[in-house]
Amino acid sequence: MSKTVSVIGVGLALACALLWTGCSDFGPAKPAAKVEKKAPDQTAAQFVLKDAVGQPMPEFKLKDADGQTVHPADYKGKVMLLDFWATWCGPCKIEIPWFMDFERQFKDQGFAVVGVSMDEDGWTAIKPYVRDMKMNYRILLGNDAVSTAYGGLDSLPTTLLIDRQGKIASVHVGVSMGKEEFKNAIVQLLNAPRANAAVASGRALALLARPGAR
Amino acid sequence: MLLAAPWPCLHAQAPGNSVLNIAPATRLTIQRGGAADFTLKAELQPGFHVNSNMPGDDYLIPIRLTWNKDPLEAGQVSYPKPQMEKLSFSPNPISVYTGTFEIATHFKAPASAMPGMAFMNGKLRYQACNNKECLPPRTVDVRVTLDIQ
Repeated sequence: MSKTVSVIGVGLALACALLWTGCSDFGPAKPAAKVEKKAPDQTAAQFVLKDAVGQPMPEFKLKDADGQTVHPADYKGKVMLLDFWATWCGPCKIEIPWFMDFERQFKDQGFAVVGVSMDEDGWTAIKPYVRDMKMNYRILLGNDAVSTAYGGLDSLPTTLLIDRQGKIASVHVGVSMGKEEFKNAIVQLLNAPRANAAVASGRALALLARPGAR
Repeated sequence: MLLAAPWPCLHAQAPGNSVLNIAPATRLTIQRGGAADFTLKAELQPGFHVNSNMPGDDYLIPIRLTWNKDPLEAGQVSYPKPQMEKLSFSPNPISVYTGTFEIATHFKAPASAMPGMAFMNGKLRYQACNNKECLPPRTVDVRVTLDIQ
């Protein structure tokens, strides 16, 4: 009797194991995917890009092509266009020539474009692209830490305009507006009274845009 | 009885905000020493594209399906014919997939393969964009349930 019970028990255990295996592989619409991108941690949850206008830009410490470490504080007192991009990002390519023009046109007025590349392959991928595109502004190599600090960066390009006080004046996910609109927003920030630039850029406060069919 | 259940088996589905879904597929039955074809069916959200396996631009990330070395031998991976799309960011049309598409793999089972239920694991790497934005490249696990006879 006890032998029969044992056999039944082993059988049931095997059946359960098979069911479990089966469920993990046969179940409908159960994600079985491993994603390279790290899940946003608590810091990212605290920084929501769409709510970031008026907040100080998050800190970062990134290297440029010469190996020099760059912090936001290096741009204190300047209006900054901070562009997160990648060499594999087609839409980013639309904006890069605009940003090169802005760098040329406004750099002597206390303005700087900073591009943060999110390429996994690092400078091997970035340097030829920068050369091909004749990019004239500073490029930094991004990493998971900066992605997390800026809310996850789920889409590229993601572009922020930063006022002279280091506060986020506007956020643009994707190619959300044209060159002239960008230019007008930059001019507004450059012309704003230094103590109140983010408020003065009233237009910028309404510029959060998220295009696409998502 | 459980082994014979004709349930569809899921292969992979990107989680979260992924715009690419991999359709469930039936189990692959293969004879030891024989061959069989497996088709991975993918569907993209409207408005999005992924680069084909040969996008024609060194900077773009091609879609790529790769397989582990066992228990089957993966032969040629056949990608569908791409669409040539003229997108606003490129002076030339680029080679992409949109909507639904299928990637086929020809598998061979070694004569020495263990009969029974097994799994063939692989990875699908892709990178999706629409006209305005791009999502980060993703690599998703792909698993085929095998019935080796």
